[in-house]
Amino acid sequence: MTGSVQRVGQAIALAGVAALLGLLVWKVAFDREGGAAAELDSGRSVAAPGFTLERLDQDGQLSIAELQGKAVVVNFWASWCVPCRDEAPVLQQTYERYRDQGLVVLGIDVNDFRADARRFIERFGLTYPVVYDGKGSTVGKWGVRAFPETFFVDRSGNLVGERIAGAVDIERNRDTYERGVALALGDSP
Amino acid sequence: MIRLAALLAVAAFAGGVAGAGAAPSPADLEAELVCPTCKTTLDQSDAPVARRMKQILRERLAAGATAEEIKAELVAQFGPGVLAEPPKSGFDLLAWLVPLGLLGAGAFGVGALAWGWSRRGEPDAPAARIDPTLERRIDDELDRFDG
Repeated sequence: MTGSVQRVGQAIALAGVAALLGLLVWKVAFDREGGAAAELDSGRSVAAPGFTLERLDQDGQLSIAELQGKAVVVNFWASWCVPCRDEAPVLQQTYERYRDQGLVVLGIDVNDFRADARRFIERFGLTYPVVYDGKGSTVGKWGVRAFPETFFVDRSGNLVGERIAGAVDIERNRDTYERGVALALGDSP
Repeated sequence: MIRLAALLAVAAFAGGVAGAGAAPSPADLEAELVCPTCKTTLDQSDAPVARRMKQILRERLAAGATAEEIKAELVAQFGPGVLAEPPKSGFDLLAWLVPLGLLGAGAFGVGALAWGWSRRGEPDAPAARIDPTLERRIDDELDRFDG
């Protein structure tokens, strides 16, 4: 009896060690800490992480895959975020200016109340598509660290340029912003 | 010790179920809800979204909403991760049952090991008989020693 109990105990301990080793290997091999932003920052080519989310500006859902062939400015925001209020008019101007060239500004409202977000859209007169991510499911995959944060996606669905952490501010990061828009559109910056 | 731990776990489980639907204070609810950006409970957080959640929570309580209604509304906005404790139903019930199961399995394992170790001290078989010639010789030697 003692021998069999010891053998069962050893088997359980070995299984536990094997499970922990498996988790370690998985973490090292597959877990991309920092998401797409980390790969973009290190200069690697990376596809925009996919998502399908509920729309706030109208009924239905929107998948980023539906925007393939368009240049996309992806803006992560929330109504409780003060700098998001500052940049909203700039993003709206960009959308109006480049819409005819096939550019879409896509707002992703994260960790927010739907009603607050809708009031924000109305207050700033946003006409570009906005989707709702209350759970923050996109944050890890994109590597968003704080709000707001803006990425540029070209017509092939790849991230281009530099991401802008903080408000898109025409005075502070004009060059980075304009280069990102131009790269997304496929123009030489 | 194990019985006490099991009793405490069952009491906590039952207390949570019994407390559902009772009129809570804002402070009670803030300790049961998590800020989605900073992942701490609302009573520990001063993040902008946490402040907004506290404001909504007070408004809903003032309007007569129950704790369960408020929690359900927040889960609909932010997902089940907004609850500090997993729900005691459906798949999330596993989060409560698995630790209890592991506790029971651990208690069984410890008991089995202790039983095995206690058995080690017991003789497995009667002592072998001594050779009669040797026994007689020992008796003779003892008699001579005593005599």
